[in-house]
Amino acid sequence: MLPVMTGMLLDEENTVTLAELCHACAVHAEWILELVDEGVLEPMSGPAGRYRFPAVSLQRALTVRHLQRDLGINLAGAALVMDLMDEIRVLRARLRIVEHER
Amino acid sequence: MEFKDYYEIMGVARDASQEEIKRAYRRLARKYHPDVSKEADAETRFKEVGEAYEVLKDPEKRAAYDRLGANWKAGQEFHPPPGWDAGFEFRGGGFTAGDTSAFSDFFDALFGRGFAGAGERHAAYHARGEDHHARILIDLEDAFHGANRTITLQLPELDARGHLRTRQRTLKVHIPRGVRQGQRIRLAGQGAPGTGGGPAGDLYLEVEFKPHPFYRVEERDLYLDLPLAPWEAALGAKVKVPTPGGVVDLSIPPNSGSGRRLRLKGRGIPGRPAGDLYVVLRIALPPADSPRARELYRRMEREMNFNPRAKLGV
Repeated sequence: MLPVMTGMLLDEENTVTLAELCHACAVHAEWILELVDEGVLEPMSGPAGRYRFPAVSLQRALTVRHLQRDLGINLAGAALVMDLMDEIRVLRARLRIVEHER
Repeated sequence: MEFKDYYEIMGVARDASQEEIKRAYRRLARKYHPDVSKEADAETRFKEVGEAYEVLKDPEKRAAYDRLGANWKAGQEFHPPPGWDAGFEFRGGGFTAGDTSAFSDFFDALFGRGFAGAGERHAAYHARGEDHHARILIDLEDAFHGANRTITLQLPELDARGHLRTRQRTLKVHIPRGVRQGQRIRLAGQGAPGTGGGPAGDLYLEVEFKPHPFYRVEERDLYLDLPLAPWEAALGAKVKVPTPGGVVDLSIPPNSGSGRRLRLKGRGIPGRPAGDLYVVLRIALPPADSPRARELYRRMEREMNFNPRAKLGV
């Protein structure tokens, strides 16, 4: 029998600390704070330094880091890519539904 | 091992300029970037392109690769000729790539792996292991009730002699209730082991729903086509509707046209707030396959004075 592993669902309800974000993405806190300034990540209330983030931020931060590292995109560009990808995701889901209804 | 045609992978001619190679790389890297691309084999292609670029962008490695000759075909069985790299200095030095651990055996045999994780320079850093990413297919019902699912991963690994091989790993993972399409589950420390005593990377599982025979999913909302008889749609009716949480009774208002949506609040994927189930009405045509059925249709035609194309002006 394999043991059952329970991970963290990266959604809007679970939260991570700034330190956890830094550790998971292997980056410095300054870099995460730049993402906050750019509007890519939105911390929940709390004084700076004691930021908590919705866990989905972890996935967003990782994606931005990959885009920067692999494609040489700067932060503003990566922020734009993230917005467009969110939009595409919603449109694709809607398209699946509409295509079926025709 | 198989010969890799780096020019073919990059889609450039063997005499392409460094500028052309760079442009080809940029284009392909964007196209196949695993975080962006929807191509099924994006990750594999992205790694292949990265490996090809690693060789072709470096004039020394490219020259050495070119010396193998133009007669090799992709996929052909390959062994490097003895002393093939004589006169080049890249082996065990001058290696610049950030992450070569995903490169092929072919690359390994030609250019070595000295600085790719097993090297002394990295070891001194206590490097953190690589993160791994995989997709896990679940049933829609799993999102309603939560479930434990077994997943088998293929892991590329370096053996004691530094050769790349694939190891199978089976995990049993808890799927939390309320999970949505495209969300990720993070299993901390379940990625590649670190080097030099560094911590292990993490494993990210992207959740994907198997296509359901009758529900379609948008975020937490579900859509269901519900066939109705013409008299049910016209006169109103109470009909049974399946939901993932069980069968419910639904009142169809009189004069409901095809395509009308009825919302069952909170009957979608659980969460805060729970999603809704949209029932899309479809009017099913009873077949005119008997004299009696045909007579009923003719009677409707005579007595109902109905022009379905009135809005078209014809």
